[in-house]
Amino acid sequence: MAADYDVPKITGEDGIVDIPSLQPDAMKGHGPWVSKPEFQEDMHFPTDFTMPESIENYGDAGTLVENWKERALDKMGDLKGRYRSLQVFLDICVKCGACTDKCHYYIGSSDPKNMPVARQDLLRKVYRRYFTFAGKFFGKIGMPGFVGAAELTEDVVKDWYNYYHQCSQCRRCSVFCPYGIDTAEISMAAREILDHIGMGQKYCTEIMGKLNKIGNNLGLPEAALADTLEGLEEDIFDETGVDVKLPLDKKGSDILLITPSADFFAEPHVDGLMGYAKVLHELGLDWTLSSYASEGANFGMFIGSYENMRKVSLRIRKAAQDLGVKRIVFGECGHAWRVAYSFLNTLAGPFDFLDQNYPVPQHILEITEPALAAGKLNIDKSQNDDKVLTFHDSCNIARGSRMGDKPGGQFVLPRNVIKAVCNNYVDMPADTIHDATYCCGGGGGILTDDLMEIRVKGAQPRMEALKHVTDKHQVTHMAAICAICKSQFTKVVPYYGFTMDMIVSVHQLVSNAIVLKGQLTEEEIEARDAAEEAERIAAKEAREKAAAEKAAKESKDT
Amino acid sequence: MVVGVIYAVLFWTATLVLVLGVANKIRIYAKTPAPLKIPTTPAPVTQSGVFLRMFQEVFFFKSLFRADKLLWVLGMLFHYTMLIIVLRHFRYVQEPVWGVIQFVQPFGIYAGFLFIIGLLGLMARRIFIDRIRYITAPSDIAMLLLLILIGVSGLMMQFVSPTDILMVKAFFRGLITFDWQPLPSDVVLLVHLGLVAALMLIFPISKLLHAPGIFFSPTRNQIDNPREKRHIAPWAAELEKQGKTYLDELD
Repeated sequence: MAADYDVPKITGEDGIVDIPSLQPDAMKGHGPWVSKPEFQEDMHFPTDFTMPESIENYGDAGTLVENWKERALDKMGDLKGRYRSLQVFLDICVKCGACTDKCHYYIGSSDPKNMPVARQDLLRKVYRRYFTFAGKFFGKIGMPGFVGAAELTEDVVKDWYNYYHQCSQCRRCSVFCPYGIDTAEISMAAREILDHIGMGQKYCTEIMGKLNKIGNNLGLPEAALADTLEGLEEDIFDETGVDVKLPLDKKGSDILLITPSADFFAEPHVDGLMGYAKVLHELGLDWTLSSYASEGANFGMFIGSYENMRKVSLRIRKAAQDLGVKRIVFGECGHAWRVAYSFLNTLAGPFDFLDQNYPVPQHILEITEPALAAGKLNIDKSQNDDKVLTFHDSCNIARGSRMGDKPGGQFVLPRNVIKAVCNNYVDMPADTIHDATYCCGGGGGILTDDLMEIRVKGAQPRMEALKHVTDKHQVTHMAAICAICKSQFTKVVPYYGFTMDMIVSVHQLVSNAIVLKGQLTEEEIEARDAAEEAERIAAKEAREKAAAEKAAKESKDT
Repeated sequence: MVVGVIYAVLFWTATLVLVLGVANKIRIYAKTPAPLKIPTTPAPVTQSGVFLRMFQEVFFFKSLFRADKLLWVLGMLFHYTMLIIVLRHFRYVQEPVWGVIQFVQPFGIYAGFLFIIGLLGLMARRIFIDRIRYITAPSDIAMLLLLILIGVSGLMMQFVSPTDILMVKAFFRGLITFDWQPLPSDVVLLVHLGLVAALMLIFPISKLLHAPGIFFSPTRNQIDNPREKRHIAPWAAELEKQGKTYLDELD
């Protein structure tokens, strides 16, 4: 693939990228597209700023809101008073450097400001200058830098906008920090501050606008959604001869399925959706999707806005109440699952109107895995024998959620499912999986074309690990359980010499292997198709014959 | 006697700043709500599990061990020798001296050397590893120098120019009862004590806050039970109560 920047080289030797030396300003830039005031307004952010004439003007004082400096500092003060994480993390970093080699964006780009501590320091230095005794004192005598403090200037704002959009909030740094400092918390706060001075990110804000208006990130209206689901039902019927339904807005269903809207159209996401449908059908569960809450992802988390994240979450509560369901189940989506598992009860609870015999919410894997273990699904593993699988732990699921009863279930359940439906499975190197997993490079609001360079570079650690298992262990496919991972990988793997169809959904593998009750064999499907074809031809011939007779009759009449 | 008075005032001030400053920070950390459940998972699902996790972090630097073995060795060396040294110094204020304090006395000398070695190692990282050099502020170097000089001046009193320990002890016991006592006017002692007072003074306004701060780190101290138990901050509950979406809409 052609790119106007260097795509990192991968070797596949041990699956681990050597830590690069610093290349200051390697990723300096203007950052992603800025959001227009109209989108900011929908999100309840200030709109008294001027759209920059060109990207070169991003962050110039004239483009920001009035009194941007005071308002940025006010917002910082507000946030540190409402988030213990921010207040504590800004204070207690000792700059030990344990995190410096842990970020995939630093490893892939060599830009020192992509080291977690340096990324945090972009905000921390301003906090130190304006909110701590040491920073104020040394600031007054003109030496703020002595204590790691700095004035808030246009250049600082530009750095914030650029480098806080090179963080996917994957939390890998927080695993290794001796105090658990989580750069995601800092970058969320920074984006919230930027949103309040006229530097919102177009990608996140526009997408949330669509969701608030229509119900999903894609802007897919109810009629189109119904149409899509009908098409998928037909696909499953053609393939299996079984009438598997994908119900929409079916009142009185037991289960409301919330899934990322990418599942409705993107590859390989949609194959996963058909997988959930088959599993739920086979288990005899009564379920439905909702057109009002047709989105699992919650971009409110990316921009650090509790209020907007809650607004999105409340749609799910409302849909569950309106449809009268008893359970809420989430499909394959990493950030969706973090927000669902960790935050939904906080944001949109209490869910006392749902069946308390089930966790609220549940992950689809928490249904499929026990069903497979109990032998409730009829599986033909040989259907996946053309593949050797590996599994990519999605960052937000790995480090920000759980599945099942035990800590670490989020690593066990998906692997159990893959192994139950595939004969060939190999893990990537230990330092790149489980809670040490590397982000795909597209998480946290980065999955946009205007950030392609950092997406490609940030994927390097995962690509190196993947290259290792493809070269040394004949792996052919990588499964994922996150819409962003799937979209990011299908786009980025070609830069590293892989083909995009090597990325699969976990429930796609289930879908391949599951044998539904009443499912036709391949021969029966062939026979059915042949019979249909014969019928079609016969009908066509009859029509032609009738037409010919009619024509003959007409010519005779004239 | 003048020296004694100056140092008495210095130590009373430093103690006051240290205690009140840290108490104030702890108050701020405690009263700031954590609105969301953000433990870095896999995380314990019970309170006792969190206690164990925190214990491993505080006493064994478990996460750091995963991150960087060299830094872990240097960090453990520095912190544990410092602990022994601090314990050893209790004999300058206690009467009678506790058994455990008497027990650590002989180890204190060795600890002094290892303390300096650990600190020199930490300093070397800041100078020679490009990533660590990049994130180092002058104050980070200054703090290491401060600790190294405290260690060197302490060891000098042991091996080069001993001071009148009994007089020092009388001085510190006098501080407890607000009874002015003279201090030996040995330069090394005065440097040693001055630097320790400086360390106490900067503690509540610097990264040394990591010591109390780690106990308030939500990624480490939260229980992983968001589905079982609803967690909500007061300011978020207010939105719910008033039926509002945005904080600026609150009455």
